[in-house]
Amino acid sequence: MSTAADRARSESPTQAPPRLDLRAAAGSGIFEYAPAPESVRPAIADRYGLFINGRFTDPTSSKRFTTINPATEQTLAEIAEANEQDVDAAVKAARAALPAWSALPGKERAKYLYRIARRLQERARELAVLETMDGGKPIKESRDVDIPLAAAHFFHHAGWADKLQYAFPGREPKPVGVCGQIIPWNFPLLMAAWKIAPAIACGNTVVLKPAETTPLTALRLAEICAEIGLPPGVVNIVTGAGATGAAIVNHPGIDKIAFTGSTEVGKLIARAVAPTRKRLTLELGGKSANIIFEDASIDQAVEGIVEGIYFNQGHVCCAGSRLFVQESILDTVIAKLRDRMRTLRVGDPLDKNTDVGAINSKAQLATIEKYLESGAEEGAERHDCGSGELPAKGYFCRPCFFTGVQPSHAIAREEIFGPVLAVMSFRTPEEAISRANNTPFGLAAGVWTDKGSKIFDTARRLDAGVVWLNTYNKFDPTSPFGGFKESGFGREGGRHGLSAYLA
Amino acid sequence: MGERLGISKTYKLFIGGKFPRTESGRSTAVNDASNALVAHVCHASRKDLRDAVEAAAKAQDGWANATAYLRSQIVYRLAEMMEGKRAELAAAIGDGGADEVDLAVDRVVHFAGWCDKFSMVMGGANPVAGPYHNFTVPFPVGVTGVVCPDERPLLGLVSMVAPVIAMGNACVVLASETNPIPAMVLAEALATSDLPSGVVNILTGFRDELCPHFAGHRGIIAIHAAGVSDAQRTALRLGAAENLKRVTIRDAVNFANDAACEGPAWCEPFVEFKTIWHPSAV
Repeated sequence: MSTAADRARSESPTQAPPRLDLRAAAGSGIFEYAPAPESVRPAIADRYGLFINGRFTDPTSSKRFTTINPATEQTLAEIAEANEQDVDAAVKAARAALPAWSALPGKERAKYLYRIARRLQERARELAVLETMDGGKPIKESRDVDIPLAAAHFFHHAGWADKLQYAFPGREPKPVGVCGQIIPWNFPLLMAAWKIAPAIACGNTVVLKPAETTPLTALRLAEICAEIGLPPGVVNIVTGAGATGAAIVNHPGIDKIAFTGSTEVGKLIARAVAPTRKRLTLELGGKSANIIFEDASIDQAVEGIVEGIYFNQGHVCCAGSRLFVQESILDTVIAKLRDRMRTLRVGDPLDKNTDVGAINSKAQLATIEKYLESGAEEGAERHDCGSGELPAKGYFCRPCFFTGVQPSHAIAREEIFGPVLAVMSFRTPEEAISRANNTPFGLAAGVWTDKGSKIFDTARRLDAGVVWLNTYNKFDPTSPFGGFKESGFGREGGRHGLSAYLA
Repeated sequence: MGERLGISKTYKLFIGGKFPRTESGRSTAVNDASNALVAHVCHASRKDLRDAVEAAAKAQDGWANATAYLRSQIVYRLAEMMEGKRAELAAAIGDGGADEVDLAVDRVVHFAGWCDKFSMVMGGANPVAGPYHNFTVPFPVGVTGVVCPDERPLLGLVSMVAPVIAMGNACVVLASETNPIPAMVLAEALATSDLPSGVVNILTGFRDELCPHFAGHRGIIAIHAAGVSDAQRTALRLGAAENLKRVTIRDAVNFANDAACEGPAWCEPFVEFKTIWHPSAV
């Protein structure tokens, strides 16, 4: 009988190294890398229950779904599907835990968060591999970005627990109560940390639902909560899909909803809570502009374009998916971008040299492919990265960019959530700013120029909650993150992020 | 000759610095405690709201881009203009009017001072773990719909409006339904203040009728309401979901209590925080 762990082990990437084809690589003038597979294989149970009131329990319906490795299409584990009854049990546990947890002196609450941060650091490698197996992102990203930042979020917020009275002048800090939190699949553990750390630091208790395609690291976090002795009920983790999320949103025992995901679902949630007293914060979609002025340092800007759109396969709400290049340097930038993209390694996410891993799910791959078709149909020209074979198994998409894009094209207006870049040009700074702002979204933006006054003027005039100047896709627990307009409301991170978790 | 017959006034709307009649042609009588006619006020329609949002949208960028120091002086100037209309404002309020005017003028002065201080208190320089200069600064959220409570018809209104304009936003205001006259007297002070036309627009009318239109108008990005019923609250939140308006509804505020309705927490819903990164190592 084979366990999920055996199955995971049997997926060793050494059997079929899905990396760039040698001839293609030689043809494109880059060095071939030897496979560098990550050797650690975390133990994965055959099945996982719901984490309610400090322990794992079976779902009342006995229904389960599977989570797979999108790079191999192999099943990793069976996951419990929480129904309304299970969500109710989780909310009751959170409610029961609330008085003691919120009454605990901040100094004591802080210690629990510090312990979680430490355990995340100590178990970082295992978590990174698990994140990559469950979600498809390159191991170097889960290792260097997701897991360290998740630990940093707990560490940063730990220190807030006993300083809340200093954070907001004139406001007496009180917890909001029971928080229902729903997170996406693009940064599974990191999003869990973004949600849970500020909530429990402020004395709230939570019911968190990870995305159905990436529940494993959140369940590991549940194990860590139990392991460090977090009082039962403070953190409850219920797994499931949309129906489970709806049960959380609609539960009358919840005081606040925090959601990260699509604008479409965000609006549904806003409607659902409208007749209630529930508070709401939303971190939603984007179609962020990355603006390259002619006086930019072009090689750095090209790095920034790549970082902006191909990081995490483009599964990033703040991805720089609309590139605006000043007309005078358009040809140069496109030529350099094409050269740079030839060196991107697409393939086995567990290979330490891989730059672009697997698309998170079959459904997401289909969505991306639909946009690739629409881009071509609407008359844009597609430029693919590299020429090597993609792995035969798993959900992979070659990173690409489109030129000849009109602002009316779907690929220039809608969030694709994939490694697809729409390249457009502009003549004047005025035009760049007005086109960048001409979207219902307002999450992030990038600006590239070596001229100081121009960069700050542009940053000021862009309708975006996060503006990266001469850099892109940087995150930090001390740095507030969140959008303008239909990219949602509320901030996560830093002092501003605490505000949503205090009454 | 008998006793002189007083001239009863019909108060018009205040939109884009002008005083138009409602396009609907509707008006409502306002009576005093003894049920004697005081004046007529316009009963604003959805079309009036749209005109007011248009005027606010035109004023938004200029006001948002004015320096904080200039905005501060202009809001303070409003307090000066109100001081000059003390008697008229107090009479419009009725019983306890003089005290309410004092509180209202002081409230405006309080928020005038926040224009150039909010960013210092509520923005920040964030110590990120890397070679980056990272800072968070507030920007005006944009055109805001303000739904005022019935009680404290002047003080309630200025407490709801002052933080909105202090943060650099233009607004469309629905005055107290039961006594809208102080709001329209205030409009006369606004019209002769230095506040650019369209920054504050005031409608008189019915909350039940207009709340869904405030909530549904795509040109409004934030809502500030007090004194609304549960049904009005739901209408505001439901309509707001369509374009994800930022909705702030104040519950049971004692407007006479400074601690309850002053300070940065009253300004915070009317800004968007923008966080800016730049490498700081060469």
